This record gives sequence, structure tokens and C-alpha cells, in this order.
Amino acid sequence: MTLDTVKHAGETPDTELPWAELGLKQDEYARIREILGRRPTGAELAMYSVMWSEHCSYKSSKVHLKQFGEKAPANDAMLVGIGENAGVVDVGQGYAVTFKVESHNHPSYIEPYQGAATGVGGIVRDILAMGARPVAVVDPLRFGAADHPDTKRVLPGVVAGIGGYGNCLGLPNIGGEVVFDACYQGNPLVNAGCIGVMKHEDIHLAKASGPGNKVILYGARTGGDGIGGVSVLASETFDDSKPTKRPAVQVGDPFQEKLLIECTLEIFAEKLVAGIQDLGGAGLSCATSELASAGTGGMRVELDTVPLRDATLSPEEILMSESQERMCAIVEPRHVERFLEICEKWDVIATVIGEVTDGERLEIFWHGEQIVDVPPGTVAHEGPTYHRPYERPSWQDALQADDAGALPRPAGGDELKDQVLRLVSSPNQASKAWITDQYDRFVQGNTVLAQPEDSGMIRIDEDTDLGVAIATDGNGRYAKLDPYTGAQLALAEAYRNVAASGARPLAVSDCLNFGSPEDPAVMWQFAEATRGLADGCLALGTPVTGGNVSLYNQTGETAIHPTPVVAVLGVIDDVNRRTPIAFAEQGQLLYLLGDTREEFGGSAWSEVVHGHLGGLPPKVDLDRERLLGEILISASRDGMVDAAHDLSDGGLVQAVVESCLRGGNGARLVVPDGLDAFTFLFSESAGRAVVAVPRSEELRFTDMCGARGLPAVRIGVVDGEEIDVQGEFTLGLAELRAAHEATIPGLLA
Amino acid sequence: MTARIGVVTFPGTLDDRDALRAVRLAGAEPVALWHRDKDLHQVDAVVLPGGFSYGDYLRAGAISRFSPVMETIIEQAKAGLPVLGICNGFQVLTEAHLLPGAMLQNDHLHFVCREQRLRVENASTAWSADFEAGQEISIPLKNMDGRYTADERTLDELEAEGRVAFRYLTEGDPADGYGNPNGSLRNIAGITNAAGNVVGLMPHPEHAVEPLVGTGGTDGLGFFTSILKKLVSA
Amino acid sequence: MARVVVDVMLKPEILDPQGQAVQRALPRLGFDGIADVRQGKRFELDVEGPVDDAALARIHEMAETFLANTVIEDFTVKVES
Repeated sequence: MTLDTVKHAGETPDTELPWAELGLKQDEYARIREILGRRPTGAELAMYSVMWSEHCSYKSSKVHLKQFGEKAPANDAMLVGIGENAGVVDVGQGYAVTFKVESHNHPSYIEPYQGAATGVGGIVRDILAMGARPVAVVDPLRFGAADHPDTKRVLPGVVAGIGGYGNCLGLPNIGGEVVFDACYQGNPLVNAGCIGVMKHEDIHLAKASGPGNKVILYGARTGGDGIGGVSVLASETFDDSKPTKRPAVQVGDPFQEKLLIECTLEIFAEKLVAGIQDLGGAGLSCATSELASAGTGGMRVELDTVPLRDATLSPEEILMSESQERMCAIVEPRHVERFLEICEKWDVIATVIGEVTDGERLEIFWHGEQIVDVPPGTVAHEGPTYHRPYERPSWQDALQADDAGALPRPAGGDELKDQVLRLVSSPNQASKAWITDQYDRFVQGNTVLAQPEDSGMIRIDEDTDLGVAIATDGNGRYAKLDPYTGAQLALAEAYRNVAASGARPLAVSDCLNFGSPEDPAVMWQFAEATRGLADGCLALGTPVTGGNVSLYNQTGETAIHPTPVVAVLGVIDDVNRRTPIAFAEQGQLLYLLGDTREEFGGSAWSEVVHGHLGGLPPKVDLDRERLLGEILISASRDGMVDAAHDLSDGGLVQAVVESCLRGGNGARLVVPDGLDAFTFLFSESAGRAVVAVPRSEELRFTDMCGARGLPAVRIGVVDGEEIDVQGEFTLGLAELRAAHEATIPGLLA
Repeated sequence: MTARIGVVTFPGTLDDRDALRAVRLAGAEPVALWHRDKDLHQVDAVVLPGGFSYGDYLRAGAISRFSPVMETIIEQAKAGLPVLGICNGFQVLTEAHLLPGAMLQNDHLHFVCREQRLRVENASTAWSADFEAGQEISIPLKNMDGRYTADERTLDELEAEGRVAFRYLTEGDPADGYGNPNGSLRNIAGITNAAGNVVGLMPHPEHAVEPLVGTGGTDGLGFFTSILKKLVSA
Repeated sequence: MARVVVDVMLKPEILDPQGQAVQRALPRLGFDGIADVRQGKRFELDVEGPVDDAALARIHEMAETFLANTVIEDFTVKVES
């Protein structure tokens, strides 16, 4: 086999390389030749092709993502912003929190268990690489129709993969979503989020500085995982005798990752690293080029020292391998011995593979011969930028004109009752306990709230009871009707969920799931959603700290609904003051906060009862969201409410049913003046919550709402063992529970 | 003078910090023990906590059972050292043959995490003396390989000798934590050796020691106060 | 290098829900006529040196104490040529 060295490339300028097979465009390949002043070697081509891919370079999305920085609200809490592995937020008392949501959509469709498992593994390493101890995970999931046969293949595998990996790491799974919609058939969305906690002084950044510092690769051995595409280089150009296909599926080893976490935290505790990066997509190519370009620029790597699981791997494949559970650290020579000792203690393989140099080139050698000589910044950051054309789709007007308000409404109490039962037992509104009971939510002993609560909440300091809360939300139906408003509704809902639990929203991470950017209609959805999210974050004072874009989620010409998933992180000074959703005591007074309008576009009711999607989504009023949030947080802090539940999909009735079932108590409801029973129960107007107020606090609570101008109307009382809507219908809790809890096991077990 | 209670960390152990916290909240002195270290550092009792030691590879608990620290624990347990194995720790105890039977994958093949209701069947072991026989308690359960299995003769022996220490309560609403969560034979949740010093338990008492976190219950604290009282009064 | 294979199976009387799940799926996939499925583990050991009686005795001991849990599992040892 001939090794394609830098020297050889210089001598054979006319050798054709398979750049098109690797996904590069003609002008991109020309640009690489221009940067290098020669043709690239096979290894260099492999690096550029993967780093300049959509997945790594954000080439279609970055012109829009810029807004998150440009419109970022002034926020003292931001310690590290967009661009690092994950953003870092100050939560007080010397603590910082880092969090991020990422997608692992396509791999989870191909191989649900491993796709989802490695999604968890990847986001956890991202958080770890910031210097933080991972403390919790969340998983927003979207699947095709609940009764579609392929959903029965994909969902159980994804759930088992998340549980199998996350449970084995000892990270409580505290939140997320499960949504079914035919639009995700063939394109399930498996998003994974992680929260990590550290002290301010422990923040680590991914950079390689200090010539002479060692580059240490540690963790799992490198195998042929996830390098299908790059095998072209090995098989077609350089060595025809090799197997032409490498597995595209990466396999996770959560036990290895658990050791990697503990080992890395011990290394952090002894302050042994100058820079650190996890190996995820694009493996060593990404880690070495990003570390080098963020540092002083120079790095020399002896690629043949990388420990292999498969001795037949070519250098190109080693650079591309996406084998899981690996990290790359930059370590001063005086700390190397201790670093390796700690790795040995945890049975983690660690190898010095190179060092930081005082040059400006990333140089990679294979048995003494140079195969890569590039300016690392050109690999890591100077990928192409596309200004893709976008255009409001021609069908958007007709979709919005198809008003859900015109759909036939239930006539009388019996029909209302029937539709309530259908709503709460529909796959999207039914209890997801069958799924979330497969996740460990108790491990680490700091879980204050977990699903099905409005947000997941973790205590981060046992002495002061400081805590953080996270909620993730998205609604593809709303976003399809209006992507700008839909993105803001997702943000508003997550913000409201955090506030309803009693935590103060601080910052945002997002996972933007869309179809093909080459379709101008999809690109318009993307542009609108990012604009809406950036404007919304500015209005709410919660900056976007980082996130992820997943494009090409479509089958043929049919894209998924535009699905921006938004995670909001909040802080609570004393987790004892948290507000749960359960109506735990009879006699508590129920108040509806906010304005209820006739808003049914994109609603759960329109889907469940009419199979309809049309009209406009609910209006967004971010000033109102802020006010509602302040009221909920004050009420929580001052003990004025015993329970709070945000109103979103399914409206008031869905929230009341969930809170009643959670607390094991019924409720008597009265339709307030000015509203009809149907609108009262099913409207999805934003900016609302239902709260349970102890009688002793009623006056103080209503005075506060009145003084601050938030509409608060008493709608009933926690009472009995049934939900009674006065003059309309009565439903027993047992019947509701059976309807709410049987659906998902019935479909999937 | 309080008691020193050790908590072992194997590679892949997850609930070691929780168990150390529970020991502390019960009023004892927590001592972290490391799997490679044969020395038990003068502890008066040992907790083998939950998790996925060695990833549950081969069989849950099968690799940890051969670690250096277990050599000492096995020897001293036979001489009376109180040992509580929780979840993965229970699996280690059966693999080490300190307790009879074995643990298999849940009959429904899924990981299960829920609040679980149990009955204390034997309140005279080192780890259950603070309960009353017949008392019903509620603590979290979370496992993949929690199906307790033994042959009929062993099961009959355990029953006859009162060594079924904890049993899943099955008569009631699953939403309230009733039911056999994993297909364990005779609804067995925990057993003890004949001397009462070695106890294995599938659910997690260390997750039920503070009203603030977990399920909000504190029924788990009794396991740790039981051993503390026994050690301090000894 | 000689290869010795250790097969580990749950004892016949032990419930095997994984095997049952496979069996239940078979008719759905169009594979009829399978009366029972039991799932087990196979260990392939590449042995340095000769596989003589002493080596096999060691492997037997290894299987009995470690690879299998004889409370619930049976095992067989065979030499592959």
C-alpha cells in the first residue's frame, strides 16, 4: 500500500481524489487546493471533507445562527458563550452550570438502540469537556404516528438505548418530551440534553496552547465506527484489497464512559489539564484541528501511536473514526505522569500522541512520514458559508386560512366529556410513565423534580439547597403554521415551565430540527424560526448559550414539521421552595392565570378530535410571559401556592387532569364569566398557568396578581375524587387514570 | 463514639455517593472503600451500593465479586461483619455465594424505575432491626436484572428460616407502588443469611432518606439507623 | 492458536424471557414451526500453547467459577479445530 504523504502529494499534483464521493463541491475542493498550494493528501482530504460537512461546519445555518449572538440580551450570568463545547452560566454561590441539547436523529432511525445511546454519550462528553460534573440528562423525542408499525421498532429501541446508556452512567433522567406525529415517520427526532455543574474556577476550554505541552488521547481504543464514507479513500484510491464497507453505526460502551467521567473529574480536581476536547463527530480530525486552532496553532501528532481496536485501519480512517468514549487533553509535561496514573487507576487507556508546537501548522505523521500539514483554522473554522435561497412556501397562506376555529365544537356536556377522555388518552397527551419508568431518575440523590413535573430540578449544593431546573419544549404543529411564532411558543413554554416550578429562567439552548436546506421553503422555515427565537430570547432576557442544528430530516420531498426544540435553564436559590404540579390537598383553591382566548390552531383538540392542522398558532406576548414568570417565582418563594402547572398543548383540562392524577385528588371547576366551557377547557392560549392556592394565602396571592396586572380568576377547588365541571360533566379519577395511563403501554408494550 | 460504615466503589458503581450520604444522615461515619484495596480501614459494617459495576458485563456483579476488596469482605462477612448489598450489591453477594440464589433480567425485559412498596418480613437482621415485622414501607426501585431466582428447595428453606427479609407488596394499585416489579420468585425483594448480618435488597433505601429528593419518603433511613444502633449498643 | 468454545445456557427450569420474546416474534416474521427458543452466551477463547487435559481442566474451572453462574446456568466446553 502506498502511503499518500505530503511529499507524495506534492510530486503527484494530478492524482484524482474522490472529493465528490466525500461530499465536497467542486469549488470547495478548489479552495482546499488553494489553501494548501497543492493537492491535499488522502488524510487531509478526509479531514476537510468531514469538517466542512453540514454537520460540523453549519454551512447552511450559520448566517442565521449569528443572530443569537447579535441579539443576545445583556446578561451578567453568561460566563462562556456560543462557540465552545457548551455555554456556561453563573448560578450564584460560586457555581456555574453548563448545558446543551444535541440531536442524534438519523443514527437513531438506522439503529434505534445504539443511535440513541451514543447520542446520550456524546452530549455527556460535551458537558464533561467544559470541566463540569454531569448531573442530569433530558431527552426530547419525536416519533411517527403512535400506531405505525415502524414506531414500534424505533421507539422501544430508542428508549432502551437512552436508558441502557444513561442509567449505566448514573445520571438521573429528569425531563424531556415524547411526541408522535406522522411527519416524523422515517425521521424520528432523538434530541439529548445534559446539565453539568462546576465551580467557576474549574471551567475548561478546548484549546491547545503552550508549545511542548503533550497531546493525550484517552478512553476507548479507536475502531472502525462511523466512518463509512471515508472508507472510499482507503478502498478505491489507495488499497483495493481492503474491505470496502466499514460500519456506519457507532456502538456505545456506557461502562467505559462512566470510567471516563470519573477519571476526567479526578484529573480536573488536580488541575492537570491546559485544554480538553471530547471526540464526537469527526473524531480526531475535529479534536486536533479545533484544539490547535483555538490555541497557538501548532500541533504535531504521531498517528501510529493511537491505540486501535482494529489493526487494519488506515490513517485516514483513524482520523475519521467516530469511536465513542474518547477524550483528548492538552497536558503540561510536568503533569503527564500524574495524568497517566489517574487513568490507570480507572482502567482507562491513555496515550501521548503528540505535542503542541510553536508553529502554526497541524502536522500529522504516520510511522515517521508526514501525511497532514495544514493550517488548523482552515479545517476547523474556515469551511464554506452558504447563503441558501429561502422563500415563504406557496401553501403557507392556504394553511393559515384553514382556521381551526371553524371546526365543529362539542355540543353539550356529554360531548365535552367524551372529547376530554379522547384528549387525555390520545398518544400525545397520555401518560408517558411507561417510557420514563425505564430511566433512572433517582441516582445521585439530588433529584427534586422529574417528569411528569413541569421542569426537572436538581439540587446542586447540599448545604445551601441551591438548585437548577430545566425544561425542554417544542411544538412542530405550531411551527408549521408559523415558524416565527412557533419558535417563540416553544421558548415561552419552556420558560413558563421553569418558572412554574419556582426557578428563575437564565439561559437557553436549542436543537433546531428541520428538513433539507436545499428546499427554499424549508430554509424559510429555518430563517423564520431562528429569527423568532433570537427575538424571543432578547425579549425574555435569556441568551442562547449554544445548541445544535439538524437538517435533512426529510423523506423524499416531504420534510418534517419545522421543529425547534428549546431548553430553558433556571436557577432556584432554595429547592425547598419548589412548586410541584400535584394538587396534593383537598380544599386548595384553583386559579387560572392569564388570558384565555379562542385559540385552537395547531391545538391538541384539533388534532385528536378532527385530525386537523390549520389556522394560526396561539399569539405570543413575551411581556406577559415575563410577568407570569415573575408571579409564579414570587408565589413559590413566598409560599403562596402549593402547586402550579403551565397550560400548553391540551389546554386547561389537560393540566387539571395531570395535576389531579399526580395528587390523587379531584377538582370542582366552574366556567368563569365571559368564557364558554369548550374554550375554557381546550383553548391553548399562551401565557397561562393554573395554580393551587392554600386558603390562607388567597388574599395575599390575588392582591399580588392585581397589583402587578396579571389576570387571575378563581376557577374552582381541589375536592373529591372526580373532576366536575359545573353544569357540564363529571369524570371519576379512576376512569381518567385508566384512560390516561393505558394508551402508551397498549401501543408499545 | 459512632460507628464507621464503609461504602465500596467498584468501577461502574453509581450509588456510592448516595449511600455515603445516607450513612451520614443516619448519624454514622461514612468511609469510602476502593475495590482494589483489600484493607477495610477498620469499618464496623459495609454497604455494597447499586450501579452497573463492570457495566453488568458477563453477569451483574460477576466481575466485581472477584475484586480484592471482596476477598476481605467475604472472609469477614463469614465471621459476622454486617454487610448490606443494595441492587448491584445484592447481585455481588449472590455471585459471591454469601447469599443463595441469583439475579436474572426482569421478566418484562425493561429497566424499571419506580416507587416500590415492601413489607418487612424479618425485623431481626442487622439492617432491619429499626423496623417492625410486618411493617410496610415505600422506597425507590430501579433495576434491569432484579428477578430473584433460586430453586424450590432453597426458596422453601429461606421461607422456613425466616430469611426472606423483604417482600414486594402486590395487592394494590401499581400507581401507588404495588406489584412485583421484576418477576422475582415469591415476590422476594430482599433476603438475609442465617446469621442475619448479610442482607441483600433489590430496592434502594439510600434514595429514600430525605423528604426533599427522590420520592420524598424517608423509609430508607431505617436500614442505616438499624445498623448504627446495633453497632453502637454492641 | 487453538480455540476453545464455552457455551453457557440458562438451566432448563429457569425462565428465559429473552428467548420467549424471540420465539413470540418468529411467527410474526413468517418463521413457523419453532417450538421453543432459549438464548445463551458463547465465549471463544484463543488459547496460547497446547490444549491438553491440564489446559482443559483450567478452562473448565474458569467456566465453573466465572464464565457461568452455576446457580442458574449450565455450560459446555469444546475444542474447535
